Amino acid sequence: MTALSKQTGPIAYSDDAIRLFSLATVFWGIVGFTVGLFIALQMAFPALNFEPFLTFGRLRPLHTSAVIFAFGGNALFATSYYVVQRTCQTRLWSDKLAMFTFFGYQLFIVLAALGYVTGVTQGKEYAEPEWYVDLWLTIVWVAYLVQFLMTLIQRREPHIYVANWFYLAFIITVAVLHLGNGLSIPVSFLGAKSYTVMAGVQSAMIQWWYGHNAVGFFLTAGFLGMMYYFVPKRADRPVYSYRLSILHFWSLIFIYIWAGPHHLHYTALPDWAQTLGMTFSIMLWMPSWGGMINGMMTLSGAWHKLRQDPVLRFMIIAIAFYGMSTFEGPLMSIKAVNSLSHYTDWTIGHVHSGALGWVGFITFGALYHLIPRLWGRKEVYSLKLVDLHLWVATLGIVIYICAMWVSGIMQGLMWRSYDSMGFLEYSFVETVMAMHPYYMMRAFGGALYLSGALIMAYNFWRTIRGDVCKNETQAVAQGVAA
Amino acid sequence: MKNFLKKHEYLERNSILLLVGIIIVVLIGGIIEIIPLFRMETVIEPVKGVRPYTPLELAGQNIYIREGCYNCHSQQIRPLRDEAMRYGHYSLAAESMYDHPFQWGSKRTGPDLARVGGRYSDAWHVAHLKNPRDVVPESIMPNYSMLAGREAKLDDLGAHLKTLRIVGVPYSDDMIANAYKDAMAQASNDSPNLAGLQARYGDRVNARDFDGNPNLTSELDALIAYLQVLGTMVDFTNYEPDTAKDKSEVK
Repeated sequence: MTALSKQTGPIAYSDDAIRLFSLATVFWGIVGFTVGLFIALQMAFPALNFEPFLTFGRLRPLHTSAVIFAFGGNALFATSYYVVQRTCQTRLWSDKLAMFTFFGYQLFIVLAALGYVTGVTQGKEYAEPEWYVDLWLTIVWVAYLVQFLMTLIQRREPHIYVANWFYLAFIITVAVLHLGNGLSIPVSFLGAKSYTVMAGVQSAMIQWWYGHNAVGFFLTAGFLGMMYYFVPKRADRPVYSYRLSILHFWSLIFIYIWAGPHHLHYTALPDWAQTLGMTFSIMLWMPSWGGMINGMMTLSGAWHKLRQDPVLRFMIIAIAFYGMSTFEGPLMSIKAVNSLSHYTDWTIGHVHSGALGWVGFITFGALYHLIPRLWGRKEVYSLKLVDLHLWVATLGIVIYICAMWVSGIMQGLMWRSYDSMGFLEYSFVETVMAMHPYYMMRAFGGALYLSGALIMAYNFWRTIRGDVCKNETQAVAQGVAA
Repeated sequence: MKNFLKKHEYLERNSILLLVGIIIVVLIGGIIEIIPLFRMETVIEPVKGVRPYTPLELAGQNIYIREGCYNCHSQQIRPLRDEAMRYGHYSLAAESMYDHPFQWGSKRTGPDLARVGGRYSDAWHVAHLKNPRDVVPESIMPNYSMLAGREAKLDDLGAHLKTLRIVGVPYSDDMIANAYKDAMAQASNDSPNLAGLQARYGDRVNARDFDGNPNLTSELDALIAYLQVLGTMVDFTNYEPDTAKDKSEVK
């Protein structure tokens, strides 16, 4: 490859598309959290369902897609374009392609969202968009892959930095998953409806091969790329262990792929596949914690920075949540535990400790670092507001996941409890009634998290305008200048 | 270790090698878990009674998917004591072999529906779908009252059946040609075309005016026809694995 080019002097990075992607991240984040809060309230107050467009069944995919693909996806585009240029010491391969991926991806989001509220869906969780939206996403994604790979190829650093391994694995694996799970045949070329090629057991296995690795590669590998760049950058320390990075990377991507069947325990999926899925899910604990340790220990010798820098605090709490939910996940994949937890709110709590805690916080941390630099500011408008966001959101997550733990485990136990005669003790609807207080608590936790994001948006607005909060001494952590 | 790190340098210095390495590593698990599932005879035990959905039931399933019912209702009973007591016999692989895609679900905000067919009257379903709280006061399910007033789209069902045949559902030419007629016949009381419907889909097909409104073949008709067939295709009173057929198929 083009090793060590002769050109010297500063590189003019291509940041226009990155600015747009980071604004879109904030925008879609707020949309996704708001829809989440709304459907949480629908579960507490069913009168909030409005036919035909705003029922829970149509809005839930809108919420999941908005947070995963719109918020998370835009964050991954923004940071991957930023990181690949800085770590390869080169400009993006093509500015035009970068802009195409931006507008193309937003079009994908809008097409998918319009489909959900009007009832156009394939009915596969996290892969709901119909065939024409899937095709469009494929085009955008290939453009993304070409852009990323070509930028890597024209790098001026001999080595590809570890963050880019994770981004590359995320991009290529998501492409494979999307194509594999998206196989479907439209009823007509002028209609939206299509039928998935696979049926029953096969369709279930492929869907959760896709679904679990949407978590593994979209929400984990991609965001680990973020961790491997922004944590060392912010802490001004090298990554804790290079060897651990290699081990972490290959074992994580190898093992994750196997874990899908733990979504199908005790179903009609053959037992051997369930057991295999469980075994690999438990093994997955090790690479996950390897990554957590690598991220966390990057702060060795720099722990004092946590006291001064709320942005770094966001990232470290994110890694802590990553460690927690990657411990909880293997636990829940054990068949005996899963027989209780599956179909209950425990799963919802688990997902949100990962999504709100890990994905959300590492993104907020990265954005707080990124946005001032993209607009040529020294720091964000107010670090105090960053701190406020941090604590409001952390409190929100804690309330959310505790409520879901209690409601999930309680409902699981109620379903399987018997009276002295050996009959089922509770009717189904009695277990629904018991959930009500926890659904209220959950909505409150979600509202706190949303408020945090609004504080962030305000902070960014002032930052971009060029304001600096007057009554704050800008105690910027050392070495955070780009 | 040093040697290993040295070797890893090749990957770190060559984007294409790295890309190929990633692809190989992520494909292994998927291949091992997914490919064997296409040896159908080891995965789906053949069971008497399972048939493709009638056109009206299929239209109902599409409404079920459109409204996102799967977000809150599973269709997969696990072989656990409490589930057997609450919902009935555990789900067999064959029972969802014609679902494109599967409707097993992942969350039970509402109860499992794998065997809801025949559990409640049509009138109960009509009332429940219009406003669940009229029959279950504590329910948190949304109202779907609009379904009663909307005419079910049945005229293109032939094309739907044809598409499903491409992906392996054994619809005959006869079934495809008569899709619309069969759907209309199934949604009405004493239709002259009932015999044809039964000839194609069996005598046990539920055929009646599901929503109690003879003037309109509504989306409610289709959805209730679908709900009323769920879990009823296999007769568990005299169910036994069809071992003879099983053996003949495994060569």
